[in-house]
Amino acid sequence: MSVGEFKPLVVAFCCNWCSYAGADLAGTSRLQYPAEVKIIKVPCSCRVNPLFVLRAFQKGADGVIICGCHPGDCHYSTGNYYTRRRITLLYSMLDYLGIEKGRTHLEWVSAAEGVKFATVMNKFVEQVYELGENRRLEDWRCKS
Amino acid sequence: MQELMKAKAQEMLSNGSVTRVLAWKKGDFETNPEPAFFTKHVDDMVYNQYCATNLSNFMVGVEKEEGKTLVFLKPCDTFSFNQLLKENRISRDKAYIIGVGCEGVKVIDEMQETGALLEKCNVCTKIKHMVYDELIGEDVTRRVTDDPLTRFKDIEAIEKMDAGERFAFWQGEFSKCIRCNACRNACPPCGCKKCVFDNDNYDTAQKANVTTFEEQMFHIIRAYHVAGRCTDCGECTRVCPQDIPLHLLNRKFIKDINALYGEFQAGADIETLGPLTDFNIDQDAEPSIVYDRG
Repeated sequence: MSVGEFKPLVVAFCCNWCSYAGADLAGTSRLQYPAEVKIIKVPCSCRVNPLFVLRAFQKGADGVIICGCHPGDCHYSTGNYYTRRRITLLYSMLDYLGIEKGRTHLEWVSAAEGVKFATVMNKFVEQVYELGENRRLEDWRCKS
Repeated sequence: MQELMKAKAQEMLSNGSVTRVLAWKKGDFETNPEPAFFTKHVDDMVYNQYCATNLSNFMVGVEKEEGKTLVFLKPCDTFSFNQLLKENRISRDKAYIIGVGCEGVKVIDEMQETGALLEKCNVCTKIKHMVYDELIGEDVTRRVTDDPLTRFKDIEAIEKMDAGERFAFWQGEFSKCIRCNACRNACPPCGCKKCVFDNDNYDTAQKANVTTFEEQMFHIIRAYHVAGRCTDCGECTRVCPQDIPLHLLNRKFIKDINALYGEFQAGADIETLGPLTDFNIDQDAEPSIVYDRG
C-alpha cells in the first residue's frame, strides 16, 4: 500500500451464535472478504448498544455493520427483534444528523451462510471505499 | 383561576391532607415564575401564562420524603407524570394532582414578553389531562391545531436537505452548546442517578471543556436515551440558554416511531409497552428501510 492511499476501517459487530459462525464458515470455506473488516464478537446482536456504533465512528471507523441471526432464529429467542427496532431508529437518526447512509448497515447472517457473509462484507467495504474517509463524528484524539 | 388554586392549596395544607404544595412562585420579575415547594403559606404562589416549568420532574425529588404532595399540572405536564409513573420513579398515592387549564405559555426574552407562544404550544395536541384528582379551570385550555402532523413540519424540512447540509446544520447548532446540562436536568425521562456522561471517579457532573464531544455525541446520545419515552414536553428546548432546537432530535424519533411502529404517545397511559421495549415479530420494518428511502 502506498502512502496516503485510503484504506477504510470497517467495524463488524457479529453475534456469537449465527454471524460469527458464519464468518468462521466463510474462512474455512476459503472465501475472500476484505481485510478492512474488523470483527467484534458480541453475545447477541441486541448487545450492540447504540453507543458502540457512535463510539466506533468517534474512534475513526469509516463504516459500521451489525450482523445477527435471522429474525426468529435468535439464540435468546427475542434479542434480534429488539435490535431491529433499535438499530432502525439509530440509523435513521444518524442519517438525519448527516452521516451518509452507506456507512451503516445491518444484515442477518446465519451460521450456514458463509457465502452470504463474504458477499455482504465485499459489498459493504466497496460501498465504504466509494464514500471515502469518514470525518463526521470522528475525534482525532481518540484515533489510535 | 389563580385565586381558586391558592384557596385550594391553602385549604389542603391547613387541614393536613397534604404535607407540601408544589407550584409556581413569584420570581424576581413578573415574567419569571419559578417552581417552588410551599409547606405553610401559599401567598407567593402564582399561575399565569409565564408558568412554563414542567412540575412533574420535581416529583421525583420528593418521592422519598414523607407525606403527600399537592401538585399543579398543565395538560402536557400530566404526560410526563404518567411516564414517570410508568417507570416507577414516582408513586401515584403520594401525589394529589390538580389539573389546571392552560392557554399556552408565553415566550420570554430578556424578561420581556415577545408576544409569541412557545413552539410546543403552537403545535400543541395535548389538551386533556391524562391523570388528575381534580380539575381547576380546565375549560380555558385552547385547541391549537387539529392536524397532529404540523409538529413534524420542521423535521421534514431538514430531511429534505442532503447529508452534507444536514451535517452542517447540526454542527452549527451543536457547536453552540456550552454543556450546562440544563437539558439533562429539565428532562423528566432523562433521570438516571448515574449518568453515562458523569465521571464516576470524581462523582461530579461533566462540564464543557475543549472537546468536540458536545458537537458530536452529547445530544445524539441524550436524544437516543429518551427515545420512546420522550413525551415531547419541549422542556429541553425551552431551558437551553443557547437556543439549540433540541426538540427536533426527540421529535425525529417520535416521527420515526409513529411511522414505523404505529402511533405512540409516551405518557398517554401507564400500561402500553414503549416502542423500544416491545416488538412485532412479523410487521416490524427492517433497518434497510432507512437506506431505501429518498
